[in-house]
Amino acid sequence: MKKRWYDYLWIVSLTYLVLGFFNILFAWLGLLCFFIPLIISLVWGTKGYCNRYCGRGQLFGLLGGRFGLSRKKDIPGWMKSKWFRYGFLVFFFIMFFQMLWNTYLVFAGAQDLRQVVTLLWTFRLPWHWAYHGTLLHPGAAQFAFGFYSVMLTSTVLGLVTMVLFKPRSWCVYCPMGTMTQLICKAKNRKQ
Amino acid sequence: MEARKKRRAVVDGSACVACGCCVKVCPLSAIRIWHGVRAEVNGERCVGCGRCAKECPASVIEIQEVPV
Repeated sequence: MKKRWYDYLWIVSLTYLVLGFFNILFAWLGLLCFFIPLIISLVWGTKGYCNRYCGRGQLFGLLGGRFGLSRKKDIPGWMKSKWFRYGFLVFFFIMFFQMLWNTYLVFAGAQDLRQVVTLLWTFRLPWHWAYHGTLLHPGAAQFAFGFYSVMLTSTVLGLVTMVLFKPRSWCVYCPMGTMTQLICKAKNRKQ
Repeated sequence: MEARKKRRAVVDGSACVACGCCVKVCPLSAIRIWHGVRAEVNGERCVGCGRCAKECPASVIEIQEVPV
């Protein structure tokens, strides 16, 4: 099948992850992965982002498919159940707002900047080597650390399920995918 | 006389996550994502090759024999 420009967006996703190791402020670019799918689903009522432009999905597809890093087994039933998918979306939301709260505390001067990336919402990895100061408020850097934590955590989870199950198993429980599908369902319920 | 049967992909729409992995691998463009909600098979085009079923991360596509 003929390759299109958007079939190479995995390079963008990979570059994003790498940049976070050099300068954490690049993490802000990750907001595109949040806003673009939401805008596409809200305006056009489709999952065009998942279907075409998701570089992360492509990266898992490539590593698990062409590079053979996946067992290619069926995902367990509970992981594709609505209960788990919606539950994970809610959990992700709570953790996201907690991250926003920490950012707010730094902006408000109630908390110092913490130069750590929190993996799997638990493990605090020192990440000071990717921070070289900012002309902006330290709160902007705190958001970058927090957002990169979200992105790295979801990548790690995606890689684990890629190895255990099918390459794009992450797509089954991806909170953005679940949210955009809910938007599409609401928008197209009359049809 | 036995009815003619054809192999084709059948999607469990209620469990489909509409990721579009199936669309990417279909050699006959016989499957599409209906309004970001679920995958939909074009019965006329589908020959039941099973590529979509193999690719589907949620394993919600089955190849079934259906009467023509």
